Amino acid sequence: MTYGNLSDLEESAKRCRRRIIDMVYTAQSGHPGGSLSCIDILAALYGKTMRFDPHNPDWHDRDRFIMSKGHASPAVYSVLREIGVLSDEDLSGFRSMGSVCQGHVDRKWTRGVDFSAGSLGMGLSFGLGSALAARLDGSDRHTWVLLGDGEIQEGQVWEAAMAVPHLDVVNITAIVDRNRIQNDNFVSEQMGVGDVSAKFASFGWNIIEIDGHHMPSIVNALDRSRESSVPTAIVAATVKGKGVSFMEDNPAFHGAAPNKTQYVTAMEELR
Amino acid sequence: MTGHSEPGASRDGYGDALLDIASDERVVVLEADLGKSTKSCHFRAEYPDRTFCLGIAEQNMAIVGAGLAEAGRVPFASTFAIFSERAFEQFRNGIARTGLIVHLCGSHGGMHTGPDGSSAQSTEDIGIFRTLPGVTVLHPSDRNSARSLTVKLLEHRSPSYTRTVRNKTAEIYSELEAKNLEIGKAAILRKGTDAAIIACGVMVEQALIAADALSEGGVEVMVIDMHTIKPLDLDAVLMASETGAIVTAEDHSVIGGLGSAVAEVLAETSPTMMRMVGVRDEFGESGSPTEIMTKMGLTSDEIIRRVNQMLTK
Ligand SMILES: Cc1ncc(C[n+]2csc(CCOP(=O)(O)OP(=O)(O)O)c2C)c(N)n1
Repeated sequence: MTYGNLSDLEESAKRCRRRIIDMVYTAQSGHPGGSLSCIDILAALYGKTMRFDPHNPDWHDRDRFIMSKGHASPAVYSVLREIGVLSDEDLSGFRSMGSVCQGHVDRKWTRGVDFSAGSLGMGLSFGLGSALAARLDGSDRHTWVLLGDGEIQEGQVWEAAMAVPHLDVVNITAIVDRNRIQNDNFVSEQMGVGDVSAKFASFGWNIIEIDGHHMPSIVNALDRSRESSVPTAIVAATVKGKGVSFMEDNPAFHGAAPNKTQYVTAMEELR
Repeated sequence: MTGHSEPGASRDGYGDALLDIASDERVVVLEADLGKSTKSCHFRAEYPDRTFCLGIAEQNMAIVGAGLAEAGRVPFASTFAIFSERAFEQFRNGIARTGLIVHLCGSHGGMHTGPDGSSAQSTEDIGIFRTLPGVTVLHPSDRNSARSLTVKLLEHRSPSYTRTVRNKTAEIYSELEAKNLEIGKAAILRKGTDAAIIACGVMVEQALIAADALSEGGVEVMVIDMHTIKPLDLDAVLMASETGAIVTAEDHSVIGGLGSAVAEVLAETSPTMMRMVGVRDEFGESGSPTEIMTKMGLTSDEIIRRVNQMLTK
């Protein structure tokens, strides 16, 4: 699945943004802020970088994508809709009884979802496991793990971050969605995470810092990380709620749905 | 005792209680980026000096609590019920085993949590914390009792785990009634001799609804709010066993929870016919609390069915 050019990817991300707002508004619950902050990265991964077969989401030799911050499920569902694995109808059931679009990403419920998240801090460990399996298979498939910058306060993330270079695993990329906001507040207020790049680098990771909303930088970073001879951590500076003015940089929209008026405004801004 | 005034969520009761006991300088509050949800945020706003936000790091939070406790503080730590499980081994080895007193509150317990789905619906928290020697396990049924029991933890001489819930439920106790509750002593909410329902948490309201309906059919059941799962009130359980038919009701797995606790003591003292209403060894899913509770059989109808099943035996 590849789009011709960067503007196609940008259009794709915009469609996904509208879907994210639609899903959260319809469900009247869910996490718009952290979905909007990472959607440009997901659009690039699914629109250009990743290896998969939309007609066969279970293909063994596909790249794996781990949404470690599982509450950003609308971002995942919206790109799975983009590649045709999910339908509009699937998306409209988000968070309702029996829906394939569960509140948090869940591999038992959704084709195309590789790991069940919702409990923060587990994704990089899972990614290490899937990267080790690829190595055992002799495959060049790649594992992509998306982490929240609040999430990396969990110690388990650093247990995995330490293990990846130690085990000489190179077929993995960790992407930190550095939107600077978590559940209760700004990350710097809650628990400062310090120099994220330096921490990964100290364990032996290759570091790429980008603007997580600038499509050319995203695509370039993803390509470079695949080629790298050491594992890469991409630290993406992002804006929580990106694309919807009143959600941008606003901790209140971590886990809150827009009301009717806000919904209309948001959809206008995303036209 | 079924008041019908302003409903609240038991997590709000936890938040109220922290303010009630705040004047005691020993009280410290610990958070793991869910203070707005567990309601410790109100304490944080007024007493920032005695509140420590530890980020999304539940294991760290538990043992930081132990360190504070060793030096004479009384820590009240909270997160979602499900993520308290992540700190279980820390709680076991660093708190329960060491004899240090830390009070951990897990909010958003049970299926009642709803649309977040199975990753957030803890149905084993009571079961696991109940296995720890010397640990008190509470699951209040409404806002007022959550408030009163949490206040009483201040002078309680053992570590504790308290489960609260996310959504508003009916008021079971007036403020005054709640003040008379005691940790370890069940509340008999209704008398009856045909059968007994022993319930906890959100299922207490369902038990009362079931008892009303059964009464219309001439069946009088005792209703017990077992807000303290551990130590279990043996006298209350034995009183229930005198009816000859017990239904336990909990928004928790029947494996390890209230039903198991009651069955364990009855098996050794006074074997009694029993049915358990609870989660039957399965994970939940997204949906509204009512839809999920219905699908999982966590309703007054299911309690009635189970009572009748025994009475027609
Ligand atoms: C282990 C664990 N603890 C707590 C939570 C509750 N929780 C859900 S989202 C969130 C904040 C996440 O912040 P961040 O990782 O920065 O995500 P983003 O801002 O990108 O949405 C918290 C604390 C959780 N899901 N898992």
